[in-house]
Amino acid sequence: MHNKSVAELSRELESGKISSVELIRDYLGRLKTEDEQLNSFITITEEQALADAHAADEQRAAGKATPWTGVPFAHKDIFCTNGVATTCGSKMLANFVPPYDATVTANFRKAGAVCLGKTNMDEFAMGSSTESSYFGATTNPWGLSRGEKRVPGGSSGGSAAAVAARLVPAATATDTGGSIRQPAALCGVTGLKPTYGRVSRYGMVAFASSLDQGGTMARTAEDNALMLNVMAGFDPKDSTSIDREVPDYTATLDEPLKGLRIGLPKEYFTGSLSAAMEEQVRSAIREYEKLGATVKEVSLPHANLAIAAYYVIAPAEASANLSRFDGARYGYRCEDPKDLLDMYTRTRAEGFGDEVKRRILVGTYALSAGYFDAYYLKAQKVRRLIQQDFINAFKEVDVLMSPTTPSPAFVQGEKTSDPVTMYLEDVFTIAINLAGIPAMSVPAGFVDGLPVGLQIIGDYFSEARLLNAAHQFQQVTDWHQREPQ
Amino acid sequence: MQWDIVIGLEIHVQLATRTKIFSGSSTAYGAEPNTQANAVDLAMPGTLPVPNEQAFRYAVMFGLAVNAEIERRSVFERKNYFYPDLPKGYQTTQLERPIVGPGYVDIDLANGETKRVRIHHAHLEEDAGKSLHEDFHGMTGIDLNRAGTPLIEVVTEPDMNNADEAVACARKLHGIVTSLGICDGDMSQGSMRFDVNISLKPKGSDVLGTRTETKNLNSFRFMEQAIAHEVERQMDILEDGGTIIQETRLYNGDRNESRSMRTKEEANDYRYFPCPDLLPVVIDDAFIDEARNSLPELPDARKARFMEQYGLNDYDASLLASDSKLATFFEAAAERGKDAKLASNWVQGEFSARLNAEEKSVADSPITGAQLGDLVVRIADNTISSAGAKKVFEALWTGENDNVDAIIDAKGLKQVSDTGELEKMVDEVLASMPDQVAQYQQESDPKKQKKMLGGFMGPLMKASKGQGNPKLFNEILVKKLGG
Repeated sequence: MHNKSVAELSRELESGKISSVELIRDYLGRLKTEDEQLNSFITITEEQALADAHAADEQRAAGKATPWTGVPFAHKDIFCTNGVATTCGSKMLANFVPPYDATVTANFRKAGAVCLGKTNMDEFAMGSSTESSYFGATTNPWGLSRGEKRVPGGSSGGSAAAVAARLVPAATATDTGGSIRQPAALCGVTGLKPTYGRVSRYGMVAFASSLDQGGTMARTAEDNALMLNVMAGFDPKDSTSIDREVPDYTATLDEPLKGLRIGLPKEYFTGSLSAAMEEQVRSAIREYEKLGATVKEVSLPHANLAIAAYYVIAPAEASANLSRFDGARYGYRCEDPKDLLDMYTRTRAEGFGDEVKRRILVGTYALSAGYFDAYYLKAQKVRRLIQQDFINAFKEVDVLMSPTTPSPAFVQGEKTSDPVTMYLEDVFTIAINLAGIPAMSVPAGFVDGLPVGLQIIGDYFSEARLLNAAHQFQQVTDWHQREPQ
Repeated sequence: MQWDIVIGLEIHVQLATRTKIFSGSSTAYGAEPNTQANAVDLAMPGTLPVPNEQAFRYAVMFGLAVNAEIERRSVFERKNYFYPDLPKGYQTTQLERPIVGPGYVDIDLANGETKRVRIHHAHLEEDAGKSLHEDFHGMTGIDLNRAGTPLIEVVTEPDMNNADEAVACARKLHGIVTSLGICDGDMSQGSMRFDVNISLKPKGSDVLGTRTETKNLNSFRFMEQAIAHEVERQMDILEDGGTIIQETRLYNGDRNESRSMRTKEEANDYRYFPCPDLLPVVIDDAFIDEARNSLPELPDARKARFMEQYGLNDYDASLLASDSKLATFFEAAAERGKDAKLASNWVQGEFSARLNAEEKSVADSPITGAQLGDLVVRIADNTISSAGAKKVFEALWTGENDNVDAIIDAKGLKQVSDTGELEKMVDEVLASMPDQVAQYQQESDPKKQKKMLGGFMGPLMKASKGQGNPKLFNEILVKKLGG
């Protein structure tokens, strides 16, 4: 049962083989025992899930089912859930219960999906290992059987670990610099970061507004398509969401790939990429050639500037976005503040973790008088050059392919003392956010028993093509079906 | 030493939109604290701003009314600072690309001249909430009802050189926004807030002195006083050889004093940057044309019409046209009273004085323009004297009675204009004052003679129980004394 995809569960519910209440009880039972060693959930909403399952069964009986009615899933704890704690992995919001739903949350509710809880994440989505969560680190299910405690990646590490461990068939996630694709790669699941503006950011706690994008995580490309069908669309509550028709992303999954033009950015096959990783990725690309695709090398000349530009722009935006956490209206407030300044300084000193503080400091510095032009404006110029690199590349090819990460999942604690090494985890993913284009990570093999991700990058609003390419690959490979022991 | 005074204004205009600039909450004034603040206004996590189109329409209307260029692609920025009534920890405002570019207004001065004051720009932004320091036992209460109310901040060039010019400019802008209907213009409730930048420089010098900014001017009268106060303060410092500190000062109108709020050194580095939650606002020709077509009559056009239609002089027309409510009141009085000049005198005289004395705006007036028009009719047709008219006005104002003729009857204010009756009274009074009559007749200077006539008026008014027509009394006196 736990190996079934959303599509399969949906069919079983429709056929009447199983009820949603039975299904949800089963998942909840497993979740409560299995998650003890993973810590992939911050909150489990058992009562609400059972009530929703009852409602879903009634809905189905009334003939009003959607593909999601009664199907279990989980939300990254960055999406606001009306009446359910939304912590963003921080002490600052440990007590925060929003009185509203994020648009993404509301959309899943409308579709009848049953949320089992909120998944763990790096604090305020700042991190690549889910170790900076106030609620403790999440452990990658891969490597556990060998007694290794490896990171699931981050920041959406809770969602990735939960999907990999079959605790849920699907989970929402967000991606600001790689936070969907990198954990998907490290946990051996399939994840999609859509085009910026494709999915509403309303009710998604902001890290870096011009880069944040909600997306999908599941084992199969088909399930990612089913998720995106629910999540994508214009939202009048988000001025940066884009008013553009949403296709049925499942409709084009089966299209043949003959003639697909694949570009391999030469800058993404160098540097810290290990030979073993590269071999897995190139072997995946050979599968595409067998499916009729053509492959050529392309160049993204400004690729080496992406990390630097990102670590100016993202912290700058974050420094302002996180100013609202001041102890005045909601969230954490320090004990017995003696005056206003004391309330601000102690609330923020005690409520934020180290990585969040580091980024607020960096961002504040970059925006300060005398530094703004040299950092923020320069970074914005670099951002436009990077965007132009991709636009040029897509004049020659349909999609780009690369490794998602330079190496597989590392051991917990290995990179926590060196932020820059941690930042390099996103070396192949970060430019995609700066350009605002969509990209996926698809399971593409193993190195030393640990999953390897293939990144597929597309032009603006090419999600259907990416999902099609990933789905076709999954018809001829079974990497995405491998289960951690 | 002689000094030149240099004044610039910064004006915050609350736009009269139904809802806030970035959320659907109501902007109505005076509700229970925090009942008009939703999740967006409270800056709850994940909430996002959605621009209110009406605020842009109003800003464009303002821009057109001050002859300004409209920025076709204006950008919102974040101005970062911590304050409890600023929920997001930044104010969403405009800096590099404000919606209204350079423009100007022409102001009429008391000496009949016109002066052009340049507008540097006007930008859209959100208002903050309010911190309430009383009634919370040493703590501070926060009311976010006002947070997110749309404002345009208008910044003038430092083109004014005295308090009269500054007040004239302020009144002009007040007249424009109220005529446009984009702001209710209520200064006491903070719908329109004026900050004054003042500096002094040696007479004729090209180099501007260090300026101060004076805030909290909630009436034109306080504005005038505050400028005088600040000019004097700066002059005292400079003449003692001191230097002016660049600072923001808070004016207390009740005590006519000011204190430093913060100096330049204490000011924040606001770390402005473009707000990534809002796309640049693109304004096209159609939007501007639509705004232009919806412009109502503005003070300058109204002034020209008042001169043409009512035969008012430049000064009277300018004053009455400056405020749309005052203009409407005047027109009602003039139409009903059939004597525009007299109506103008009464609106600017007794009526305005009474409003000022009671710190009321035209909207709060207990009498209508039509009522004042009825009064004008009775003054013009000599039914009542000007002294009697003041009594009628008083009765209208206090609500004693709302009908002019009924008041005249009830108070017995009707003048005696029967010349026979009046002549009789004059004869009697002159007979009782032979010395004064002789003095008058010996006086050769007509000016002094004219003055001496006043000496007879008192007894005459007494004899007529205040009801004799003074104008007729005067004519009869001159005739009889001179004859």
